[in-house]
Amino acid sequence: MNEPTSTVRMIVNGAEVRREIPTRLSLVDFLRETLRLTGTHVGCEHGICGACSVLLDGEPVRACLMFAVQADGHAVTTVEGLANADGSMSVLQDSFCETHGLQCGYCTPGMLIASHALLAANPQPSAAQIRDALSGNLCRCTGYQQIVDAVQLAASRGAATVSTRPPAATREGA
Amino acid sequence: MKAATFEYTRADSVAHACSLLTEHGADAKLLAGGQSLVPMMAMRLARPAWLINVNEIAELKISHQQGETWVTGAGLRQADVERDDRVAKAIPLIRQGLYWVGHVQTKNRGTVGGSLVHADPSAELPLVAQALGARFVLRSVTGERTVAAQDFFIAPMITATEADECLAEVHWPVWRGERLGSAFDEVSIRHGDYAIVAACAQVELDRAGRCVRAVLAIGGAGSTPIAIDPVARALQGTMLDDSTIDAAVHDVGVHLEPASDVHATAAYRIHLARVLAARVLRQARVAAAAPTFNSAPRSVGR
Repeated sequence: MNEPTSTVRMIVNGAEVRREIPTRLSLVDFLRETLRLTGTHVGCEHGICGACSVLLDGEPVRACLMFAVQADGHAVTTVEGLANADGSMSVLQDSFCETHGLQCGYCTPGMLIASHALLAANPQPSAAQIRDALSGNLCRCTGYQQIVDAVQLAASRGAATVSTRPPAATREGA
Repeated sequence: MKAATFEYTRADSVAHACSLLTEHGADAKLLAGGQSLVPMMAMRLARPAWLINVNEIAELKISHQQGETWVTGAGLRQADVERDDRVAKAIPLIRQGLYWVGHVQTKNRGTVGGSLVHADPSAELPLVAQALGARFVLRSVTGERTVAAQDFFIAPMITATEADECLAEVHWPVWRGERLGSAFDEVSIRHGDYAIVAACAQVELDRAGRCVRAVLAIGGAGSTPIAIDPVARALQGTMLDDSTIDAAVHDVGVHLEPASDVHATAAYRIHLARVLAARVLRQARVAAAAPTFNSAPRSVGR
């Protein structure tokens, strides 16, 4: 079937990527299917659950509610991009393990993205602020308390929040 | 849950977006934050043949005072507006209303204009716009026109925006006075959901604590957000004490057209409207009586 295609160029986890894709391809499907970065998860696909959360130019967004073409010229960070440069888990990721902040793991990438962004803006959030910042991410397993504990533990450890703001973005394509 | 096919253009100016709207007519939709449109496309409730991306247009992201109004470009992200202390000082109801809107992710993409044009009768920004009498600047290839809030919101999801028009700016009236206070409150099933009923109020007091002027509006209890002018007028000249407020809002229901749905009956919505109207008027009075203009925004965690 011939459907409209577009060329997109963007920075993903610090590396420039360029692909030709169906114009209607969502950002989450682009990340998962085209780039094979399957850490970002598809849950509700209509903007409620937060499993698809990624950082766009450093801010959490729902990747299911963006088309990949909209990210052309921008920088995306997925959960794969949160680890340390040597591949070891960040303080935040390790804290999630420590507090049992996940069970099935489906919501976890989205929780990490939202938590990472929170700590970058507010390194010592209160429990209420954590719950507020994570309100766009649903979890069916944990009941949320261990997730809040994880973020608090990470904050107490001075979770290093290397800026995810990208170097100068790629030239904007059409 | 995948969108149907569409053609796509990134508009580089409002004029460009308008010419595309004119060229493609009813087959085209503007894509701003996408937080309402893209889920509809995913569920195939909307199938525009052309999507016009307006997210990269700088002239839609202005935010500054102009005379007695604060001008916001329609393309401003709700999160950016919520964080902007200048806006919070000029139009505190915007930050107070945005506290109740969605979640971090939706506010990072959702735009001021998008929410207003989407015109959900339970949405917070339309309610603030209605309460304050904001004015909407609509552009098309034939020029520009300005529509007052009461004429802009027509029915659920329907505004005065024509198919070939792009909302470019919203002008919010800035109040000046020594004793100003405002408040926004709502009841919803979960924090961040659309309101079942929402209410907002802004008041100005004189030095004696007497109400010089007030506005009150209710959302979620009609086909649009509703400014309750008779109640606001009745409060002018009073001391805005609790019993006066309670008496003034007692019959607020006659100004509303609530529907019954799966979330709430019409009767419950009227009850909520009465309770929330009284609450926001009291809170606005308390804020106005404080030494400085204090809109007491809640923590937004960032």
